[in-house]
Amino acid sequence: MMKPQNARGVPLKDEDLKVGKVLTTEWRVKADYAWDCGIAIGRYFDGLKEGKILATRCRRCRRTVVPPRIFCEWCFKPMDEWVEVRDTGRVNTFSVSYFSWDMTPLEKPEVPAVVEIDGCSPGVGFMHLLGEVGDNLDEILRRVKVGMKVRAVWKPADQRTGAITDILYFKPEEE
Amino acid sequence: MRERVAIVGVGYTSFRPLSPEVSFREMVFEAACRAYADAGLEPDRVGTFVAVSEDYLEGTSIFDEYVPDQLGAVLKPVQTICQDGITAIASAYLQLATGLFEVALVEGHAKASNVLYPAHIEAFAMDPVFVRPLGLNPRFVAGLEMRSFLAQTGNTEEQVALVVAKNKANALKNPLAAYPALVTAEDVLASRPVATPVKELDIAPFADGAVVLILARESVARTLKSQPVYIRGIGWMQDTPNLDQRDWSQASYAELAGRMAYRQAGIRDPKEEICFAEVDDTFSYKELQHIEALGLARCGEAGVLLSEGYFLPDGPLPVNVSGGSLGNGYLYDASGLRSVLEVVLQLRGQAGERQLPDVRVGLAQSWRGIPTASGGVIILSNE
Ligand SMILES: [Zn+2]
Repeated sequence: MMKPQNARGVPLKDEDLKVGKVLTTEWRVKADYAWDCGIAIGRYFDGLKEGKILATRCRRCRRTVVPPRIFCEWCFKPMDEWVEVRDTGRVNTFSVSYFSWDMTPLEKPEVPAVVEIDGCSPGVGFMHLLGEVGDNLDEILRRVKVGMKVRAVWKPADQRTGAITDILYFKPEEE
Repeated sequence: MRERVAIVGVGYTSFRPLSPEVSFREMVFEAACRAYADAGLEPDRVGTFVAVSEDYLEGTSIFDEYVPDQLGAVLKPVQTICQDGITAIASAYLQLATGLFEVALVEGHAKASNVLYPAHIEAFAMDPVFVRPLGLNPRFVAGLEMRSFLAQTGNTEEQVALVVAKNKANALKNPLAAYPALVTAEDVLASRPVATPVKELDIAPFADGAVVLILARESVARTLKSQPVYIRGIGWMQDTPNLDQRDWSQASYAELAGRMAYRQAGIRDPKEEICFAEVDDTFSYKELQHIEALGLARCGEAGVLLSEGYFLPDGPLPVNVSGGSLGNGYLYDASGLRSVLEVVLQLRGQAGERQLPDVRVGLAQSWRGIPTASGGVIILSNE
Protein backbone atom coordinates (compact mmCIF):
# COMPACT_ATOMS: atom_id res chain seq x y z
CA MET A 1 0.00 0.00 0.00
CA MET A 2 1.33 3.45 -0.88
CA LYS A 3 1.62 5.74 2.07
CA PRO A 4 1.07 9.41 1.26
CA GLN A 5 4.06 11.53 2.13
CA ASN A 6 3.87 13.29 5.49
CA ALA A 7 0.85 11.19 6.54
CA ARG A 8 0.95 10.16 10.18
CA GLY A 9 0.10 6.71 11.47
CA VAL A 10 0.64 3.17 10.29
CA PRO A 11 -1.46 1.37 7.65
CA LEU A 12 -3.41 -1.63 8.94
CA LYS A 13 -2.83 -5.07 7.44
CA ASP A 14 -5.23 -8.05 7.52
CA GLU A 15 -2.56 -9.86 9.53
CA ASP A 16 -2.72 -7.24 12.31
CA LEU A 17 -6.44 -7.88 12.72
CA LYS A 18 -5.99 -11.67 12.72
CA VAL A 19 -3.36 -11.77 15.44
CA GLY A 20 -5.22 -9.23 17.57
CA LYS A 21 -2.65 -6.42 17.27
CA VAL A 22 -5.58 -3.99 17.02
CA LEU A 23 -8.85 -3.99 18.95
CA THR A 24 -11.69 -5.66 17.08
CA THR A 25 -15.22 -6.41 18.22
CA GLU A 26 -17.57 -8.89 16.62
CA TRP A 27 -21.31 -9.20 17.08
CA ARG A 28 -23.87 -11.19 15.17
CA VAL A 29 -27.27 -9.55 15.37
CA LYS A 30 -30.21 -11.92 15.15
CA ALA A 31 -32.24 -9.64 12.91
CA ASP A 32 -34.90 -12.17 11.92
CA TYR A 33 -38.37 -11.04 10.89
CA ALA A 34 -41.75 -12.43 10.07
CA TRP A 35 -43.59 -10.68 7.26
CA ASP A 36 -47.34 -10.29 7.32
CA CYS A 37 -48.44 -10.46 3.67
CA GLY A 38 -51.88 -9.12 4.42
CA ILE A 39 -54.79 -9.08 2.00
CA ALA A 40 -53.22 -8.03 -1.30
CA ILE A 41 -49.93 -9.89 -1.27
CA GLY A 42 -51.47 -12.92 0.41
CA ARG A 43 -53.96 -13.35 -2.42
CA TYR A 44 -51.30 -12.63 -5.03
CA PHE A 45 -49.12 -15.44 -3.67
CA ASP A 46 -52.08 -17.82 -3.54
CA GLY A 47 -52.60 -17.04 -7.24
CA LEU A 48 -48.97 -17.67 -8.13
CA LYS A 49 -49.18 -21.07 -6.45
CA GLU A 50 -52.02 -21.90 -8.85
CA GLY A 51 -50.07 -20.55 -11.81
CA LYS A 52 -52.13 -17.35 -12.08
CA ILE A 53 -51.11 -13.72 -11.97
CA LEU A 54 -53.75 -11.70 -10.08
CA ALA A 55 -54.08 -7.94 -10.34
CA THR A 56 -56.32 -5.30 -8.78
CA ARG A 57 -58.15 -2.53 -10.63
CA CYS A 58 -58.95 0.97 -9.38
CA ARG A 59 -62.61 1.81 -9.83
CA ARG A 60 -61.75 5.48 -10.13
CA CYS A 61 -58.72 5.78 -12.45
CA ARG A 62 -59.25 2.29 -13.99
CA ARG A 63 -55.57 1.42 -13.57
CA THR A 64 -54.93 -2.34 -13.34
CA VAL A 65 -51.86 -3.05 -11.24
CA VAL A 66 -49.63 -5.95 -10.37
CA PRO A 67 -48.39 -6.79 -7.76
CA PRO A 68 -51.89 -6.05 -6.48
CA ARG A 69 -52.60 -3.64 -3.64
CA ILE A 70 -55.83 -2.88 -1.84
CA PHE A 71 -55.50 0.86 -2.33
CA CYS A 72 -54.60 3.05 -5.30
CA GLU A 73 -51.58 5.13 -4.37
CA TRP A 74 -52.69 7.85 -6.82
CA CYS A 75 -56.41 8.12 -6.06
CA PHE A 76 -56.05 7.02 -2.42
CA LYS A 77 -59.17 4.90 -2.78
CA PRO A 78 -59.68 1.20 -2.02
CA MET A 79 -58.81 -1.11 -4.93
CA ASP A 80 -61.04 -4.12 -4.52
CA GLU A 81 -61.75 -5.31 -8.05
CA TRP A 82 -59.64 -8.43 -8.68
CA VAL A 83 -58.78 -9.61 -12.18
CA GLU A 84 -56.58 -12.37 -13.57
CA VAL A 85 -54.05 -11.03 -16.08
CA ARG A 86 -51.99 -13.04 -18.58
CA ASP A 87 -48.54 -14.48 -17.90
CA THR A 88 -47.12 -12.72 -20.93
CA GLY A 89 -45.83 -9.20 -21.30
CA ARG A 90 -43.21 -6.90 -22.74
CA VAL A 91 -39.75 -5.91 -21.51
CA ASN A 92 -39.85 -2.33 -20.25
CA THR A 93 -36.17 -2.21 -19.35
CA PHE A 94 -33.42 -4.70 -18.58
CA SER A 95 -29.81 -4.96 -17.48
CA VAL A 96 -27.11 -7.60 -17.72
CA SER A 97 -25.64 -8.21 -14.31
CA TYR A 98 -22.24 -9.83 -13.78
CA PHE A 99 -22.45 -9.97 -10.00
CA SER A 100 -24.73 -11.87 -7.66
CA TRP A 101 -26.60 -9.96 -4.95
CA ASP A 102 -23.60 -10.30 -2.60
CA MET A 103 -21.13 -9.15 -5.27
CA THR A 104 -19.82 -12.62 -6.15
CA PRO A 105 -18.67 -12.49 -9.81
CA LEU A 106 -20.90 -14.64 -12.04
CA GLU A 107 -19.75 -16.94 -14.86
CA LYS A 108 -23.09 -16.59 -16.62
CA PRO A 109 -24.65 -13.15 -16.24
CA GLU A 110 -28.19 -12.60 -14.92
CA VAL A 111 -30.72 -10.52 -16.82
CA PRO A 112 -33.03 -8.58 -14.46
CA ALA A 113 -35.94 -6.92 -16.24
CA VAL A 114 -39.12 -4.99 -15.60
CA VAL A 115 -41.87 -6.90 -17.42
CA GLU A 116 -45.06 -5.01 -18.30
CA ILE A 117 -47.77 -7.62 -17.89
CA ASP A 118 -50.44 -8.04 -20.59
CA GLY A 119 -53.81 -7.03 -19.16
CA CYS A 120 -52.33 -4.42 -16.81
CA SER A 121 -52.28 -0.71 -17.49
CA PRO A 122 -49.46 0.61 -19.70
CA GLY A 123 -46.20 0.81 -17.79
CA VAL A 124 -47.37 -1.54 -15.01
CA GLY A 125 -45.62 -4.81 -14.29
CA PHE A 126 -43.04 -6.35 -12.06
CA MET A 127 -39.40 -7.07 -11.60
CA HIS A 128 -38.21 -10.48 -12.65
CA LEU A 129 -35.49 -12.28 -14.59
CA LEU A 130 -35.20 -13.13 -18.27
CA GLY A 131 -34.04 -16.64 -19.24
CA GLU A 132 -33.17 -18.61 -22.39
CA VAL A 133 -31.65 -15.40 -23.79
CA GLY A 134 -28.00 -16.49 -24.12
CA ASP A 135 -24.93 -17.07 -21.98
CA ASN A 136 -22.83 -13.98 -22.68
CA LEU A 137 -23.28 -10.28 -23.27
CA ASP A 138 -23.17 -10.46 -27.08
CA GLU A 139 -25.81 -13.17 -27.28
CA ILE A 140 -28.02 -11.46 -24.73
CA LEU A 141 -27.83 -8.05 -26.40
CA ARG A 142 -28.59 -9.66 -29.76
CA ARG A 143 -31.76 -11.34 -28.43
CA VAL A 144 -33.12 -9.00 -25.81
CA LYS A 145 -34.69 -5.71 -26.85
CA VAL A 146 -36.76 -3.17 -24.96
CA GLY A 147 -40.38 -3.81 -25.95
CA MET A 148 -39.87 -7.50 -26.80
CA LYS A 149 -42.64 -9.96 -25.96
CA VAL A 150 -41.98 -12.50 -23.17
CA ARG A 151 -43.81 -15.34 -21.43
CA ALA A 152 -43.48 -16.71 -17.88
CA VAL A 153 -41.77 -20.05 -17.33
CA TRP A 154 -43.36 -21.54 -14.22
CA LYS A 155 -42.03 -24.03 -11.71
CA PRO A 156 -43.83 -27.39 -11.88
CA ALA A 157 -47.11 -27.08 -9.94
CA ASP A 158 -46.02 -29.44 -7.14
CA GLN A 159 -42.92 -27.32 -6.46
CA ARG A 160 -44.66 -23.95 -6.16
CA THR A 161 -44.70 -22.42 -2.71
CA GLY A 162 -46.69 -19.21 -3.19
CA ALA A 163 -43.74 -16.88 -3.88
CA ILE A 164 -42.50 -14.66 -6.68
CA THR A 165 -39.97 -17.42 -7.46
CA ASP A 166 -42.87 -19.71 -8.53
CA ILE A 167 -42.12 -18.04 -11.87
CA LEU A 168 -38.59 -19.16 -12.77
CA TYR A 169 -38.06 -16.45 -15.39
CA PHE A 170 -39.60 -14.91 -18.51
CA LYS A 171 -38.47 -16.17 -21.91
CA PRO A 172 -38.79 -14.60 -25.36
CA GLU A 173 -42.13 -15.22 -27.09
CA GLU A 174 -42.77 -15.21 -30.83
CA GLU A 175 -44.65 -12.07 -31.94
CA MET B 1 -47.50 36.88 16.35
CA ARG B 2 -46.81 33.54 14.75
CA GLU B 3 -49.86 31.69 13.46
CA ARG B 4 -50.90 28.78 15.66
CA VAL B 5 -50.88 25.13 14.55
CA ALA B 6 -53.65 22.66 15.36
CA ILE B 7 -54.19 18.92 15.16
CA VAL B 8 -57.21 18.66 12.87
CA GLY B 9 -57.42 14.96 12.13
CA VAL B 10 -56.70 11.70 13.93
CA GLY B 11 -56.69 8.20 12.46
CA TYR B 12 -55.77 4.90 14.05
CA THR B 13 -56.14 1.17 13.98
CA SER B 14 -56.88 -0.86 17.06
CA PHE B 15 -53.76 -2.02 18.88
CA ARG B 16 -53.27 -5.77 19.08
CA PRO B 17 -50.67 -8.42 19.88
CA LEU B 18 -50.72 -9.82 16.32
CA SER B 19 -52.00 -8.52 12.98
CA PRO B 20 -51.40 -11.26 10.39
CA GLU B 21 -54.50 -10.22 8.41
CA VAL B 22 -52.93 -6.98 7.16
CA SER B 23 -49.56 -5.91 5.83
CA PHE B 24 -47.98 -2.82 7.42
CA ARG B 25 -49.09 -0.88 4.33
CA GLU B 26 -52.71 -1.96 4.72
CA MET B 27 -52.60 -1.17 8.45
CA VAL B 28 -51.28 2.34 7.83
CA PHE B 29 -53.79 2.87 4.98
CA GLU B 30 -56.64 2.22 7.42
CA ALA B 31 -55.27 4.77 9.89
CA ALA B 32 -54.64 7.32 7.13
CA CYS B 33 -58.17 6.93 5.69
CA ARG B 34 -59.63 7.58 9.13
CA ALA B 35 -57.41 10.64 9.62
CA TYR B 36 -58.46 12.17 6.29
CA ALA B 37 -62.12 11.44 6.97
CA ASP B 38 -61.81 12.90 10.46
CA ALA B 39 -60.17 16.10 9.19
CA GLY B 40 -62.57 16.27 6.25
CA LEU B 41 -59.88 16.81 3.67
CA GLU B 42 -58.30 14.95 0.76
CA PRO B 43 -54.63 13.89 0.55
CA ASP B 44 -53.94 16.55 -2.10
CA ARG B 45 -54.40 19.24 0.56
CA VAL B 46 -51.42 17.91 2.53
CA GLY B 47 -48.21 19.76 1.72
CA THR B 48 -45.71 17.76 3.76
CA PHE B 49 -45.50 14.32 5.36
CA VAL B 50 -43.41 13.21 8.35
CA ALA B 51 -43.08 9.54 9.33
CA VAL B 52 -41.18 7.81 12.11
CA SER B 53 -39.46 4.48 11.54
CA GLU B 54 -36.37 2.53 12.50
CA ASP B 55 -34.95 0.16 9.88
CA TYR B 56 -34.12 -2.58 12.38
CA LEU B 57 -37.72 -2.65 13.56
CA GLU B 58 -39.11 -2.82 10.02
CA GLY B 59 -36.88 -5.56 8.67
CA THR B 60 -35.95 -3.40 5.68
CA SER B 61 -33.01 -1.10 5.27
CA ILE B 62 -33.69 2.43 3.98
CA PHE B 63 -37.29 1.96 5.13
CA ASP B 64 -38.25 5.55 4.30
CA GLU B 65 -38.73 4.56 0.65
CA TYR B 66 -41.78 2.50 1.73
CA VAL B 67 -43.55 5.43 3.40
CA PRO B 68 -45.44 7.35 0.64
CA ASP B 69 -47.99 4.99 -0.98
CA GLN B 70 -50.24 4.21 1.98
CA LEU B 71 -50.40 7.89 3.02
CA GLY B 72 -51.29 9.41 -0.34
CA ALA B 73 -47.81 10.92 -0.38
CA VAL B 74 -46.43 9.72 -3.73
CA LEU B 75 -44.39 12.51 -5.33
CA LYS B 76 -44.91 14.79 -2.32
CA PRO B 77 -42.39 16.16 0.19
CA VAL B 78 -41.81 13.29 2.64
CA GLN B 79 -39.44 13.17 5.56
CA THR B 80 -38.86 10.00 7.58
CA ILE B 81 -37.14 10.44 10.88
CA CYS B 82 -35.58 8.03 13.30
CA GLN B 83 -37.08 9.51 16.45
CA ASP B 84 -40.09 9.13 18.66
CA GLY B 85 -43.53 10.23 17.51
CA ILE B 86 -43.70 13.53 19.39
CA THR B 87 -40.40 14.62 17.86
CA ALA B 88 -41.97 13.89 14.48
CA ILE B 89 -44.89 16.17 15.40
CA ALA B 90 -42.33 18.84 16.31
CA SER B 91 -40.79 18.49 12.87
CA ALA B 92 -44.17 18.84 11.13
CA TYR B 93 -45.05 21.76 13.44
CA LEU B 94 -41.86 23.59 12.48
CA GLN B 95 -42.48 23.01 8.79
CA LEU B 96 -45.94 24.58 9.15
CA ALA B 97 -44.58 27.41 11.29
CA THR B 98 -42.18 28.43 8.52
CA GLY B 99 -45.16 29.24 6.35
CA LEU B 100 -43.93 26.93 3.62
CA PHE B 101 -46.86 24.52 4.11
CA GLU B 102 -50.44 24.78 5.36
CA VAL B 103 -51.25 21.14 6.16
CA ALA B 104 -48.94 18.36 7.38
CA LEU B 105 -49.41 14.66 8.12
CA VAL B 106 -47.54 12.63 10.76
CA GLU B 107 -47.47 8.83 10.69
CA GLY B 108 -46.14 6.12 13.01
CA HIS B 109 -46.79 2.40 13.13
CA ALA B 110 -45.51 -0.78 14.75
CA LYS B 111 -45.40 -4.31 13.40
CA ALA B 112 -43.72 -5.41 16.60
CA SER B 113 -45.05 -8.95 16.17
CA ASN B 114 -42.87 -9.28 13.06
CA VAL B 115 -39.65 -8.57 14.98
CA LEU B 116 -38.78 -12.10 16.07
CA TYR B 117 -35.93 -11.27 18.46
CA PRO B 118 -36.56 -7.77 19.83
CA ALA B 119 -33.96 -8.22 22.60
CA HIS B 120 -31.31 -8.78 19.93
CA ILE B 121 -32.25 -5.56 18.19
CA GLU B 122 -32.02 -3.64 21.47
CA ALA B 123 -28.70 -5.31 22.31
CA PHE B 124 -27.38 -4.18 18.93
CA ALA B 125 -28.15 -0.60 19.99
CA MET B 126 -25.68 -0.85 22.89
CA ASP B 127 -22.21 0.63 22.66
CA PRO B 128 -20.20 -1.95 20.65
CA VAL B 129 -16.95 -1.48 22.56
CA PHE B 130 -17.96 -0.88 26.16
CA VAL B 131 -21.35 -2.49 26.74
CA ARG B 132 -22.23 -5.08 24.09
CA PRO B 133 -19.28 -7.36 24.90
CA LEU B 134 -20.72 -7.83 28.42
CA GLY B 135 -23.47 -9.89 26.78
CA LEU B 136 -26.37 -8.60 28.91
CA ASN B 137 -30.08 -8.65 28.16
CA PRO B 138 -30.86 -4.99 27.37
CA ARG B 139 -33.55 -4.80 30.04
CA PHE B 140 -30.76 -4.50 32.60
CA VAL B 141 -30.85 -0.77 31.73
CA ALA B 142 -34.37 -0.52 33.17
CA GLY B 143 -33.29 -2.48 36.24
CA LEU B 144 -30.43 -0.07 36.93
CA GLU B 145 -32.63 2.95 36.37
CA MET B 146 -35.57 1.76 38.48
CA ARG B 147 -33.30 0.92 41.43
CA SER B 148 -31.59 4.31 41.26
CA PHE B 149 -34.93 6.13 40.90
CA LEU B 150 -36.42 4.37 43.94
CA ALA B 151 -33.29 4.84 46.04
CA GLN B 152 -32.91 8.53 45.23
CA THR B 153 -36.55 9.58 45.48
CA GLY B 154 -37.99 7.31 48.16
CA ASN B 155 -40.77 6.01 45.91
CA THR B 156 -41.39 2.30 46.53
CA GLU B 157 -41.67 -0.88 44.49
CA GLU B 158 -45.23 -1.29 45.81
CA GLN B 159 -46.21 2.15 44.50
CA VAL B 160 -44.67 1.33 41.12
CA ALA B 161 -46.77 -1.84 41.00
CA LEU B 162 -49.89 0.31 41.43
CA VAL B 163 -49.09 2.00 38.10
CA VAL B 164 -49.62 -1.33 36.33
CA ALA B 165 -52.91 -1.97 38.15
CA LYS B 166 -54.18 1.54 37.31
CA ASN B 167 -53.20 1.57 33.64
CA LYS B 168 -54.44 -1.91 32.80
CA ALA B 169 -57.73 -1.12 34.54
CA ASN B 170 -58.00 2.20 32.64
CA ALA B 171 -57.51 0.25 29.40
CA LEU B 172 -60.73 -1.69 30.13
CA LYS B 173 -62.59 1.42 29.01
CA ASN B 174 -60.49 1.84 25.85
CA PRO B 175 -61.77 -0.27 22.94
CA LEU B 176 -58.45 0.20 21.08
CA ALA B 177 -56.31 -1.30 23.86
CA ALA B 178 -54.56 -4.67 23.44
CA TYR B 179 -53.92 -5.54 27.09
CA PRO B 180 -56.74 -4.38 29.38
CA ALA B 181 -56.94 -6.37 32.62
CA LEU B 182 -57.74 -6.25 36.28
CA VAL B 183 -54.50 -6.95 38.10
CA THR B 184 -53.49 -6.00 41.61
CA ALA B 185 -50.23 -4.57 42.88
CA GLU B 186 -49.68 -7.95 44.57
CA ASP B 187 -49.95 -9.71 41.18
CA VAL B 188 -47.30 -7.36 39.81
CA LEU B 189 -44.97 -7.84 42.77
CA ALA B 190 -45.33 -11.62 42.48
CA SER B 191 -44.61 -11.72 38.76
CA ARG B 192 -41.35 -13.15 37.44
CA PRO B 193 -38.25 -11.01 38.07
CA VAL B 194 -36.69 -9.87 34.77
CA ALA B 195 -33.95 -7.41 35.75
CA THR B 196 -34.72 -6.59 39.37
CA PRO B 197 -36.42 -4.58 40.57
CA VAL B 198 -38.20 -4.75 37.16
CA LYS B 199 -40.61 -7.69 36.96
CA GLU B 200 -42.53 -9.18 34.08
CA LEU B 201 -45.77 -7.23 34.66
CA ASP B 202 -43.83 -3.95 34.98
CA ILE B 203 -43.03 -4.14 31.27
CA ALA B 204 -45.45 -2.96 28.57
CA PRO B 205 -45.98 -5.85 26.12
CA PHE B 206 -45.52 -5.16 22.41
CA ALA B 207 -48.44 -4.38 20.11
CA ASP B 208 -49.07 -3.79 16.40
CA GLY B 209 -50.95 -0.74 15.19
CA ALA B 210 -50.77 2.60 13.39
CA VAL B 211 -51.56 6.22 14.24
CA VAL B 212 -51.87 9.09 11.76
CA LEU B 213 -52.31 12.75 12.73
CA ILE B 214 -53.09 15.69 10.46
CA LEU B 215 -51.87 19.15 11.44
CA ALA B 216 -52.86 22.49 9.96
CA ARG B 217 -52.17 26.19 10.41
CA GLU B 218 -54.97 27.91 12.33
CA SER B 219 -56.29 29.76 9.27
CA VAL B 220 -56.89 26.41 7.55
CA ALA B 221 -58.00 24.62 10.71
CA ARG B 222 -60.86 27.12 11.13
CA THR B 223 -62.27 26.16 7.71
CA LEU B 224 -62.41 22.42 8.49
CA LYS B 225 -65.31 20.53 10.01
CA SER B 226 -63.30 18.87 12.80
CA GLN B 227 -62.75 20.52 16.16
CA PRO B 228 -59.15 21.82 16.18
CA VAL B 229 -56.87 20.99 19.10
CA TYR B 230 -54.07 23.56 19.31
CA ILE B 231 -50.40 22.86 19.94
CA ARG B 232 -49.55 25.27 22.76
CA GLY B 233 -45.99 24.04 23.25
CA ILE B 234 -43.66 21.29 22.10
CA GLY B 235 -40.21 20.21 23.23
CA TRP B 236 -37.77 17.43 22.51
CA MET B 237 -34.48 16.51 24.13
CA GLN B 238 -31.71 13.93 23.96
CA ASP B 239 -29.32 12.91 26.75
CA THR B 240 -25.88 11.31 26.44
CA PRO B 241 -25.74 7.69 25.24
CA ASN B 242 -23.11 6.88 27.89
CA LEU B 243 -24.76 4.54 30.37
CA ASP B 244 -22.06 5.27 32.92
CA GLN B 245 -22.51 9.03 32.83
CA ARG B 246 -26.26 9.44 33.03
CA ASP B 247 -28.22 10.71 35.96
CA TRP B 248 -30.03 7.42 36.53
CA SER B 249 -32.47 8.70 39.10
CA GLN B 250 -34.09 11.38 36.97
CA ALA B 251 -35.45 11.60 33.46
CA SER B 252 -33.52 14.76 32.55
CA TYR B 253 -34.66 14.55 28.92
CA ALA B 254 -38.31 14.71 30.02
CA GLU B 255 -37.65 17.54 32.46
CA LEU B 256 -35.92 19.69 29.85
CA ALA B 257 -38.33 18.84 27.02
CA GLY B 258 -41.14 19.71 29.44
CA ARG B 259 -39.57 23.07 30.31
CA MET B 260 -39.19 23.86 26.62
CA ALA B 261 -42.88 23.08 26.00
CA TYR B 262 -44.08 24.88 29.16
CA ARG B 263 -42.15 28.02 28.20
CA GLN B 264 -43.90 28.20 24.82
CA ALA B 265 -47.28 27.48 26.41
CA GLY B 266 -46.72 30.07 29.15
CA ILE B 267 -47.25 27.44 31.83
CA ARG B 268 -45.69 28.32 35.18
CA ASP B 269 -47.28 25.74 37.46
CA PRO B 270 -47.87 22.51 35.54
CA LYS B 271 -49.56 20.80 38.52
CA GLU B 272 -52.30 23.41 38.44
CA GLU B 273 -52.50 24.21 34.74
CA ILE B 274 -52.34 20.74 33.16
CA CYS B 275 -55.75 19.03 33.41
CA PHE B 276 -54.53 15.49 32.51
CA ALA B 277 -51.47 13.79 31.06
CA GLU B 278 -50.44 10.80 28.98
CA VAL B 279 -46.86 10.00 29.95
CA ASP B 280 -44.56 7.21 28.84
CA ASP B 281 -45.01 4.02 30.88
CA THR B 282 -43.02 1.52 28.81
CA PHE B 283 -41.83 0.36 32.22
CA SER B 284 -44.14 1.06 35.13
CA TYR B 285 -41.54 3.04 37.15
CA LYS B 286 -41.11 5.35 34.12
CA GLU B 287 -44.59 6.76 34.71
CA LEU B 288 -43.68 7.98 38.21
CA GLN B 289 -40.25 9.15 37.03
CA HIS B 290 -41.80 11.09 34.15
CA ILE B 291 -44.56 12.59 36.35
CA GLU B 292 -41.87 14.02 38.64
CA ALA B 293 -39.61 15.13 35.77
CA LEU B 294 -42.53 17.04 34.25
CA GLY B 295 -43.26 18.80 37.53
CA LEU B 296 -46.69 17.17 37.84
CA ALA B 297 -45.60 16.03 41.30
CA ARG B 298 -42.69 17.07 43.51
CA CYS B 299 -39.63 14.82 43.57
CA GLY B 300 -40.39 11.76 45.71
CA GLU B 301 -44.11 12.41 45.91
CA ALA B 302 -45.48 10.71 42.78
CA GLY B 303 -45.81 7.30 44.44
CA VAL B 304 -47.66 8.62 47.49
CA LEU B 305 -50.00 10.70 45.33
CA LEU B 306 -50.67 7.66 43.13
CA SER B 307 -51.58 5.48 46.11
CA GLU B 308 -53.94 8.24 47.30
CA GLY B 309 -55.74 8.14 43.93
CA TYR B 310 -54.41 11.48 42.68
CA PHE B 311 -53.68 10.13 39.15
CA LEU B 312 -56.81 8.00 38.77
CA PRO B 313 -59.40 9.00 36.13
CA ASP B 314 -61.52 10.64 38.86
CA GLY B 315 -58.52 12.15 40.66
CA PRO B 316 -57.27 15.75 40.43
CA LEU B 317 -54.70 14.94 37.68
CA PRO B 318 -55.57 11.81 35.67
CA VAL B 319 -52.49 10.15 34.14
CA ASN B 320 -52.73 7.59 31.33
CA VAL B 321 -56.50 7.42 31.34
CA SER B 322 -56.09 5.65 27.97
CA GLY B 323 -54.33 2.75 29.68
CA GLY B 324 -50.87 3.93 28.58
CA SER B 325 -48.46 1.51 26.96
CA LEU B 326 -49.02 -0.99 29.77
CA GLY B 327 -52.69 -1.22 28.77
CA ASN B 328 -52.57 -0.48 25.04
CA GLY B 329 -49.30 -2.22 24.21
CA TYR B 330 -45.92 -0.76 23.33
CA LEU B 331 -45.85 0.52 19.75
CA TYR B 332 -42.17 1.48 19.57
CA ASP B 333 -41.90 5.04 18.21
CA ALA B 334 -45.61 5.23 17.46
CA SER B 335 -46.26 5.10 21.23
CA GLY B 336 -45.89 8.87 21.53
CA LEU B 337 -48.45 9.37 18.76
CA ARG B 338 -50.87 7.06 20.56
CA SER B 339 -50.51 9.26 23.66
CA VAL B 340 -51.21 12.36 21.60
CA LEU B 341 -54.24 10.63 20.06
CA GLU B 342 -55.70 10.16 23.54
CA VAL B 343 -55.11 13.79 24.48
CA VAL B 344 -56.85 14.94 21.28
CA LEU B 345 -59.84 12.64 21.83
CA GLN B 346 -60.19 13.84 25.46
CA LEU B 347 -59.93 17.52 24.51
CA ARG B 348 -62.58 17.05 21.81
CA GLY B 349 -64.90 15.19 24.19
CA GLN B 350 -64.70 12.05 22.04
CA ALA B 351 -63.14 9.63 24.54
CA GLY B 352 -66.35 7.67 25.09
CA GLU B 353 -66.70 5.80 28.34
CA ARG B 354 -63.40 7.15 29.68
CA GLN B 355 -64.13 10.83 28.85
CA LEU B 356 -62.78 13.20 31.50
CA PRO B 357 -65.07 16.11 32.42
CA ASP B 358 -64.13 19.74 31.72
CA VAL B 359 -60.63 19.24 30.33
CA ARG B 360 -58.99 22.19 28.57
CA VAL B 361 -55.21 21.53 28.59
CA GLY B 362 -53.56 18.12 28.20
CA LEU B 363 -49.96 16.95 28.04
CA ALA B 364 -48.40 14.00 26.21
CA GLN B 365 -44.84 12.83 26.78
CA SER B 366 -42.78 10.17 25.02
CA TRP B 367 -39.59 8.23 25.68
CA ARG B 368 -37.71 6.49 22.91
CA GLY B 369 -37.09 3.27 24.85
CA ILE B 370 -33.99 1.32 25.83
CA PRO B 371 -31.16 2.30 25.63
CA THR B 372 -32.04 5.92 24.92
CA ALA B 373 -32.57 8.87 27.21
CA SER B 374 -34.53 10.95 24.75
CA GLY B 375 -38.10 11.93 24.13
CA GLY B 376 -40.62 14.69 23.60
CA VAL B 377 -43.36 16.66 25.32
CA ILE B 378 -46.39 18.33 23.75
CA ILE B 379 -49.03 20.56 25.35
CA LEU B 380 -52.41 20.63 23.66
CA SER B 381 -55.47 22.73 24.28
CA ASN B 382 -58.99 22.96 22.91
CA GLU B 383 -59.04 26.76 23.22
ZN1 LIG C 1 -56.77 5.04 -8.97
